[in-house]
Order: sequence, then C-alpha cells, then structure tokens
Amino acid sequence: MAEFLSLQEAVSRHINNGDTVCMEGFTHLIPFAAGHEIIRQKKRDLTLIRMTPDLIYDQMIGAGCAKKLIFSWGGNPGVGSLHRLRDAVEKGWPNKLEILEHSHAAMACAYEAGAAGLPLAVLRGYIGSDLPKVNDQIKFIECPFTGERLAAVPSIRPDVAVIHAQRADRKGNVLIEGIVGIQKEVVLAAKRSIVTVEEIVDDLGASVNACVLPSWAITAVAEAPKGASPSYALGYYDRDNAFYKKWDGIARDRDTFQAWLKENVFEKGAA
Amino acid sequence: MSFEFTSSEMMSVTAARALTSDMTCFVGIGLPSEAANLARLTHAPDVTLIYESGTLQTKPDVLPLSIGDGELCESALTTVAVPEMFRYWLQGGHISVGFLGTAQIDRYANLNTTLIGDYREPKVRLPGGGGAPEIATNAKEVFITVKHSKRTFVKDVDFVTTVGFGRDGKARDNVPNIGRGPTVVITDLCILKPDPDTKELVVTSLHPNVTREQVIEATGWEIRFADQLETTPEPSAKELDVLRDLKARTDAHHAGQQ
Repeated sequence: MAEFLSLQEAVSRHINNGDTVCMEGFTHLIPFAAGHEIIRQKKRDLTLIRMTPDLIYDQMIGAGCAKKLIFSWGGNPGVGSLHRLRDAVEKGWPNKLEILEHSHAAMACAYEAGAAGLPLAVLRGYIGSDLPKVNDQIKFIECPFTGERLAAVPSIRPDVAVIHAQRADRKGNVLIEGIVGIQKEVVLAAKRSIVTVEEIVDDLGASVNACVLPSWAITAVAEAPKGASPSYALGYYDRDNAFYKKWDGIARDRDTFQAWLKENVFEKGAA
Repeated sequence: MSFEFTSSEMMSVTAARALTSDMTCFVGIGLPSEAANLARLTHAPDVTLIYESGTLQTKPDVLPLSIGDGELCESALTTVAVPEMFRYWLQGGHISVGFLGTAQIDRYANLNTTLIGDYREPKVRLPGGGGAPEIATNAKEVFITVKHSKRTFVKDVDFVTTVGFGRDGKARDNVPNIGRGPTVVITDLCILKPDPDTKELVVTSLHPNVTREQVIEATGWEIRFADQLETTPEPSAKELDVLRDLKARTDAHHAGQQ
C-alpha cells in the first residue's frame, strides 16, 4: 500500500544521490513541486530520464542535480531552447552533463517494456537516422519470423519514478485524467514511486476504464496542490504558457537563473 | 483579384492546401500545426489531426503552444497514452501524412533538429528528434514546411535526425514496411518536390512575386527548377481572414494565461 508522506519526506526517503530518476508527464501533469523539493534537498549525481526534459529538468540541471540526461526532445515547447540544458551540454555549467538521446517512439516503447518486465523494446524505428551512431543503446535486430530489421533499445527500469496526478483517495489509489502520457508505464517500470496529487478525496469519481494506479502499485503519495504548475492539471488549472515564454529570458543568463532559483525554490518551502 | 499578404501567410496557406479532408495527419508543433488547423478551418473540415501527446482527432480553437496543451485534449475525440500513440496509431499504419518542421534540411530532404556542428562539441545544440524520426518512416508520406534561408537549406545536414532519402537519396530503397517519405516541401518562397529518380529536391512552383534568383540565393546547394515551373496560387480572402483570426485568437489566449 502507498504510504502518505509529506513531499519533503517522500523525496528525502526515496530519492538518493546517484539514483536514476524518471519524472514524467507529457507536457501535462509535470511534477514541478517534486522537482523543486529535489533541488532544495540538493540531491546530486542523478541520472535524469524524461522524454521532454522541459523546464523541470532545465531547472534541476541548472541547479546541479544531474550528471546524466536521457531524453528524446529537449526544447521549451513552442518557445525555443532549454538554456540551462544547453549551457551544461555546451559549456559544462554548473557541471558536465552526459547525454543520451532517443526518439519519442523509442522512449515510449522503452518505458512500456520496463513496465512489462522485459529487458528490451523492439520498434520499427531509427531507419536512416544518425542517432544510432551517437547512442550505443540503440541496436538493430532481425525479426526471427520475418527477417525484418528492427530497432531495439533497452527497457527503462529506474530506481524512482515521480509523477503528478489529479487526485488520490484515502487509500492511496490514484486517478490520472487527460493526456496520460507514459505515467502509468513509468510507475510500473520503477523500483520505487512517488505520486504527488492535487488533492486527496473520499471518492476518486473514476469511470470504469479510467487510468487508475492502485495504491499497492505505488510507494508514496504526497499532496501537492498546484504541484504541476507552470504545466497544468486538467480540471484544476491551465498551462501557464506566459511563464513558459518568460522562462526563456530567465534561463538564458546564469545570474538571472540563480536569482530566480533562490527566490522561487530555495526560499519557498515544500508545499 | 489580389490581396495584400506576407510571405509567411503565403507559406501557411500553401501548406494548408496540401491537406485534404480524407487525410489523417500527425501534426508537428509550430508551422505544421498552424497549417493543419488552417486547412481544417477552411477547405478540409474533416481532416483528422493527431498530436503525439496522444490526442486523436483534435479540433483546437486556438493553436497550442506545446504539443500537449489542454485545448488539444479537451477538443479531441479521445486521448490515448503515448506508447499507444506511437505503437498502434503511427507504427500500426493509421497515419496518412506526417507534417513536420525542421531546423535544417538538405537536398535529399533529410532533417536535422539535433545540433549544428560536431556531435560531441556542438556549436548549437537543438532540441533533438522527438517524434519525427518515426513519423517520417511510419507515415505513408511526409509534408515539410519551413522558412527558406541559406542557413536552413544546406547541401548536407550536419546530422540526420530524421531521414528524408538519406545521404545518397537511396535510404528508403528496399526497406520494407515504411512510407514514401517526403513528397512536398513548402517554404515562404516556393514549393519543392523530390525528383522521382534521384530524390533530390526540385522547385516545382514559385510563390507570386518570387524570383528564381531569390530561391537560388536562399538555398545552400545548386538548386534545380522543374521544366514546367508553376506559379503558386495566391491566398484567397477567406484563407487570409481565417488565418489572421486564428493567430489573433492564439496570441490573445497565450498572453492572457496565468
């Protein structure tokens, strides 16, 4: 059964320096509150995995939490670059960052394979792309039945998965609605999981085929209202597109980024 | 009758016209999304738009800033998980057109969205592949829309993130179970299509008031022009109205969000 913890305690207890951590949410339900708590607790040497690093990993990379990033699209959606990610890759600031990049299809398949307990994922992918030349985790195999050449990538099986969801009931069952991304897969693929939620309610109000993670498949649940902002939580608040645009200016410069971090993360306690 | 329009508007309208109501289109963010929704709001009301965030048959009222804005989910027929999107709907063969943008494109329509320079010592690090590498091979065909400049249209891309026809134009030859690849590239100056034999991009239509010299000047290789070079039809008043309304609605919406 999932244990109800404060966000501070969940991060402190379940995320260790050097862990492989997946904080997922495909544009929607990005667990920013948990990311900020990881920054405040000064976790270090993390291998961060996420399809779209987004602002959450830009912030964590800029704060020095990461030693390696595995991703498939590292931009600020509709705006431009992730400047902290670029500074780490191009200039090694605040520390060198090793990167391993995939396509979305490969990462989605790798999460699914992780959830399915398989060592690898197989897809019709990477045909003609240079990505396999720079990522030794992309191989090609022959289908034993048809002989077709297919791409293979190792499954993703992280130490910790962190996601945000709309709500949990008092037993710790969790409902995810809207763009469900790969949240279910990443939780089932991970050794431990932290789920932050907008609210804890008596009744989830889930329809029969809703995306529900049972309490016994989750390690810890923490209440974190507005925990996905500036991304969004369908039914609770919209994506703060104005902030995503503003981030471009904040993150472009090391000093303005550090001032932002101090004021908005370090000087603000956990929810 | 002639109307005032910008080269960007010319590009969006021309890109929109490439889509028809019977297509199922996997839409990239930015210019492709603008063109695809313009098509849906004008001549192709029944075009099926699909975004990689899992939103199937979506009809946004404003253009999404990201690939997963709430607007896309709320106006969709249904929303599926991301692995299902890539495995069942894209790889499973249900997408007729992949509509992509790019940072660099070369003469064989290979796309680079990974980096400028050397991989280990990049001059400019770009976002990466995202959905494009598999959209380009698993969709039945690919449309590309991108602004024309010498920086973008290069002889050989620095990195093949997403294959067009490969470094030699032959990358798709004898590969089973993949699509035809890029069939049209729409820029703010012209329309290009791959030569049926060599697969090298050839200008087939110049936009109104654009000269061959302008295209030559904005292309990083010795660009060829089709023997039967056409002039792209101008945007109609309706297309321009709908496009401008859509962009004004979108700007107001994103600026007002808190």
